[in-house]
Amino acid sequence: MDIITLAEVAGNLSTIGYGLAAIGPGLGIGYLVGKAIEGTARQPEVGGRLQVLMFLGLAFVEVLALLGFVLAFIK
Amino acid sequence: MVTGIAGMGFAAVTTLAEASGPDIPSIDDFLPEPALFAGTPFAINRIILVRIIATVLLIAILGVSAHRAKLIPSRWQGAVEWLIEFVQNSIVYEVMGELRGKRYVPMITTIFLSILVFNLCGIIPGFNIAATATITMPLAFALWCFVQYWIAGIREKGLGRFLKDELFPKGIPWPIYILLSPIQLIELLLIRPFSLTIRLFANMISGHLLVALCFAATQWFFIETTTKAQFPLGILTFAGGAFMTVFEMAVAGLQAFIFAILTTAYINMSLPETE
Repeated sequence: MDIITLAEVAGNLSTIGYGLAAIGPGLGIGYLVGKAIEGTARQPEVGGRLQVLMFLGLAFVEVLALLGFVLAFIK
Repeated sequence: MVTGIAGMGFAAVTTLAEASGPDIPSIDDFLPEPALFAGTPFAINRIILVRIIATVLLIAILGVSAHRAKLIPSRWQGAVEWLIEFVQNSIVYEVMGELRGKRYVPMITTIFLSILVFNLCGIIPGFNIAATATITMPLAFALWCFVQYWIAGIREKGLGRFLKDELFPKGIPWPIYILLSPIQLIELLLIRPFSLTIRLFANMISGHLLVALCFAATQWFFIETTTKAQFPLGILTFAGGAFMTVFEMAVAGLQAFIFAILTTAYINMSLPETE
């Protein structure tokens, strides 16, 4: 095994693209859930309402990551 | 992380033993060959068969439960009623309020329960593929939602006022409308239904790929590979597969919940604001 084949990159670039596409939504989900937990800790009685709102926001953030996932399959 | 290790395992296997490697799942899993009536427009493949069986199962379960319903509920009836009351109270009434929500409870319950059962098909042994894992099924549900929020807006406000409220929200200086209105129109016509569709079906595809990858690797490490040194890796991938199966169960419920609550929220946005 020589040095050139050792450094060879095989496979599809779209895998890396998906990794990049997941960074933003990852930050978003972290921020979203963190804030929802913070809100629940401050005011436990609105926890149920906050949870619903969190899932609503989560759905919008998540679709960005999933767009990256779908586009990875389209060549 | 588990799949990352499994992936490194594949690389090691393929370079060391020069074998063909495990049967890595691909997107072809979702485009199976027709099983029945091939060549006709009514060709039925595996996924459609799963859909039909799941639908019959859902109708049978709910039908029998409703037929045997008693005033003092049994444990099973209690569970079914809990699920339906969860949709009614935690999804529809929570977002819309009771007065408006009453009309949409049957629709949202249908959407929630069928998506839940279709999603769960992905981890039921024997089915092994979520019925919502190709784009047609989520698209059908999303189009239902699309039609319903347009109908709700037109019925309650009239077409003109509905479009005016959606495209030109109040309290914004007018030059912003040049940018905002086209975006709002695209959102209303395309982004809402397609984001619903893509969210559901991409979740199901990725879930299936993860579970299938873990178990394909387990099969490879335990049975097919000749080098016994990789046996511990098989234990790791098996644990990963078991974890992913449980995770998929949670995702199935969560995605059904999100689809139902977003449908409710979209319809609610079309209704006029009161209070």
